[in-house]
Amino acid sequence: MNSTVVSYLSQSNEFQNIHAWLSKALGFDASSLMAFVIFAIVALIIVGVMATIGGAGTYAERKISADLQARVGPNRVGPFGLLQFLADGVKMILKEDIITTNADKFVFNLAPVMCLVGVFATLAVVPYSSGFILADLNVGIFYLVGMASLVGVGVFLGGYASNSKWSLLGGMRGASQIISYEIPATITIISIVLLAGGLSMKTLIGAQGGGMQDWFILHNPFAFIGFFVYFISALAETNRAPFDLPEAESELVSGYHTEYTGMKFGLFALAEYIEVFVVCGVAVALFLGGYNVPFDLGTGALFSKSLGLDSMLSQNIGQLLQLGAFFTKTLALYYVVIWVRWTLPRLRVDQLMTLCWKYLTPIAIFNLLGCAVWMYAFDGKSIFALIMAATAGGGAHH
Amino acid sequence: MSTLNLDVYMPVVILIVLALLVAGGSLFLGSLIRPQHPNKLKETAYECGEEPIGTAWANFNIRFYVIALIFIIFDVESALMFPVAAVFKRFNEIGLGGTLLMSIFTFVLILVAGIVYCWKKGDLDWVKSFNQVAPTQPSFGKKD
Repeated sequence: MNSTVVSYLSQSNEFQNIHAWLSKALGFDASSLMAFVIFAIVALIIVGVMATIGGAGTYAERKISADLQARVGPNRVGPFGLLQFLADGVKMILKEDIITTNADKFVFNLAPVMCLVGVFATLAVVPYSSGFILADLNVGIFYLVGMASLVGVGVFLGGYASNSKWSLLGGMRGASQIISYEIPATITIISIVLLAGGLSMKTLIGAQGGGMQDWFILHNPFAFIGFFVYFISALAETNRAPFDLPEAESELVSGYHTEYTGMKFGLFALAEYIEVFVVCGVAVALFLGGYNVPFDLGTGALFSKSLGLDSMLSQNIGQLLQLGAFFTKTLALYYVVIWVRWTLPRLRVDQLMTLCWKYLTPIAIFNLLGCAVWMYAFDGKSIFALIMAATAGGGAHH
Repeated sequence: MSTLNLDVYMPVVILIVLALLVAGGSLFLGSLIRPQHPNKLKETAYECGEEPIGTAWANFNIRFYVIALIFIIFDVESALMFPVAAVFKRFNEIGLGGTLLMSIFTFVLILVAGIVYCWKKGDLDWVKSFNQVAPTQPSFGKKD
């Protein structure tokens, strides 16, 4: 087990004591059992936090849209309407569950669960900090791309199983849009994998640094364009405006979830808001330096050396700084996603396909080749390293 | 590192089970307290208040299937590119970057040939004959 939350916690004395005591009491090596318990607790925490972020996302969306349109927004439930999402959750649970007579009942019930499973499974590899990561899979980003596409299946099945024309149109649009925009997104991710030299999230982030000059977005011009290609594709993959054609409330009633009521609709919404957070997190991890904190504050070595703190304590402070860095960047991107929704009008379906196949995909392929050539020509140095070397003179050539 | 350790995938299984629990739990909790008054009108599919005409499971626009076909090709090709991309940096460091670069170029060339072919055939246009039909002028109040 390498570099997950369990291996991070196992550095502490308490962990070692409990491990020794449990192993003695049970008569076998308890490391797997303890790993399971820690994973379960941390997974519960992450799911709780994500559900809150998803709920707060709906609140933020309404508040920000109100702000952009010079309205007040929700302000009745709790201070500043902060508890609005809890009220919404209660309302959804209390709503009657209607399944239309002609629907395919099994698939109808399966679809929202599928969306939720796909999104929750991606949470395992989202790198919150160098210690607080559930599973640092060696195929990290590949796994994430694969699991995220389960959401597309859920959207399509939801639209198909409803046996309603609006739903079918929305589901078809959703499926074609999600799979189309997966291509530029995946190719852009491949170009970043080229730069980092590995698929695991830790390799991807470890290849970057805390300062902006070490981020992959500023590594070379191709990666810079790549960030925008990825961000646009991610917006489309999560069905966010201006790419919200699958639910297009003004033309398709409510798209693929027209026939869904109560909590099943709520599950779709929850999955969507958490997925937005996940794709923002991935964009941060790939392009914006992930959890890296400037001046190597994240490792905590500075605190133990200069302040004389206990090594575990200073590591924990470092982890908190990393968590802060990751969440600050991700939530900033989250704000941009909401901001875009209330700024840009919706695309037409033919414009959507043109944008994907005639613009983003060729640009993504060009970026991939550009990154490969850059790596080969400049030995993987970033543009800043090259400028530094050029200004430093002959010292760089050795 | 090199040994297969399935413990690493434990959080994945836990999260999937949690997702099922969240979905099932909230639906079960709701089933205890929510009202249940079904009637025939409520259970018909929504079609702007009219009674639905026919089923929605009918023949559908072929465009979506063409998109899906193109997607399959590109998705498989990009999946095949991940391993090459992952080892590129290491190969570059030991001086074999040129070999990999050429193989990436060859591979992407085939990919580009595919997209150019689809483009020329008009499969990337949403409405295939869109550019071939002359734009029609609106002719209000005219006889033709």
